[in-house]
Amino acid sequence: MEIKKTVIAGTLESSDIQITLSPATGDNLEIELESDVLNQFGNQIKKVITETLQKFQITKVHVKAIDQGALDCVIRARTITAVQRALGQTEPAWEEL
Amino acid sequence: MDASERLRRTMMFVPGNSPAMLKDAGIYGADSIMFDLEDAVSLTEKDAARTLVYESLQTIDYGEAEKVVRINSIDTPYYLDDVRVMVKAGIEVIRLAKTDTAEMIQQLAKDTTAAEKEFNQPVGSTKLMAAIESAKAVVNANKIAAASPRMMGIALSAEDYTTDLKTHRYPDGQELSYGRNVILHAARAAGICAFDTVFTNLDDEAGLIRETKLIHQLGFDGKSVINPRQIPIINQIYEPTQFEIEQAQEVITAINVAHEKGSGVIALNGQMVDRPVVMRAQRVMKLAIASNLVDEEGNYLEK
Repeated sequence: MEIKKTVIAGTLESSDIQITLSPATGDNLEIELESDVLNQFGNQIKKVITETLQKFQITKVHVKAIDQGALDCVIRARTITAVQRALGQTEPAWEEL
Repeated sequence: MDASERLRRTMMFVPGNSPAMLKDAGIYGADSIMFDLEDAVSLTEKDAARTLVYESLQTIDYGEAEKVVRINSIDTPYYLDDVRVMVKAGIEVIRLAKTDTAEMIQQLAKDTTAAEKEFNQPVGSTKLMAAIESAKAVVNANKIAAASPRMMGIALSAEDYTTDLKTHRYPDGQELSYGRNVILHAARAAGICAFDTVFTNLDDEAGLIRETKLIHQLGFDGKSVINPRQIPIINQIYEPTQFEIEQAQEVITAINVAHEKGSGVIALNGQMVDRPVVMRAQRVMKLAIASNLVDEEGNYLEK
């Protein structure tokens, strides 16, 4: 599945992560990550985002993530919210919760 | 533990869409933590907050604190999904904002039962509490408190209530005296907890102390708090004195002696100790332990 519109979830406040989804330029998941802890946790943050997108079978999307020191549970929550907003889902994402 | 026996001196509000506050909510020693999906969350972020609180509950350890969620009221489109997602998350207590009638609690109890079945939670495990926020709710308080066996407590929410009364909050709290007494009696008659409203002026510590002493004297279990700074101040007012602790210990010793003798009658200093005295002594010791005023054997620790 691909994401066809641009949506935002999360804020730029401390401990949060802002996830912006937009249509991909190529054929894959593209993740652009900004974080003060990029060297230590960059791979882990990308892994959580990727795994969450995979649960929704999203294969084609551009992700811009601005991390402010978010825990994994926050990264997961913000990614779920962004995907649901992009897909126009209003029912809670039972399978992914 | 019986719902009415648990210590609930402080119930701390945590905005449901704030990762920083969700992360730290467990470290301040609040007896109950109330995750707020209602007034603290803007209409455009209701979906985000619900998912964030759900994920936080799966990951973050809130220790001994009781986990409560304030959901959106029954007449909103968020209500039913709030109930379902929070029951799936295994929340301990659902607090319903703006509860005006017993029927609203009965509706919530029904929806909670359905959600418990849907998500394989033990039926009846989720407790409920009602926020009393209008004159109509105060008039109906007895019925609301007794509306369901799931009921754990009722709480005064004074900002909406005083607006409904066509007044506002004054420093001496006279405008709340009827409502407070009604809520307390409704709670006690139903065997559930009574919570007082928040004290909103964070810079007025003397005011917080004055108000907490009043509600402690009336018999409230505790108070809602909006800032962790208020927790130690309230806990201190609920601390038993050395004299109260020593007296409670004597009562408890007398109970143990009576049990050893196989005697049904408990005597202390030649006088019979009846049930209310025993219950008060047990509550004093529970408060003393929570306040770190006694050692493991229950002996008073000098400060």
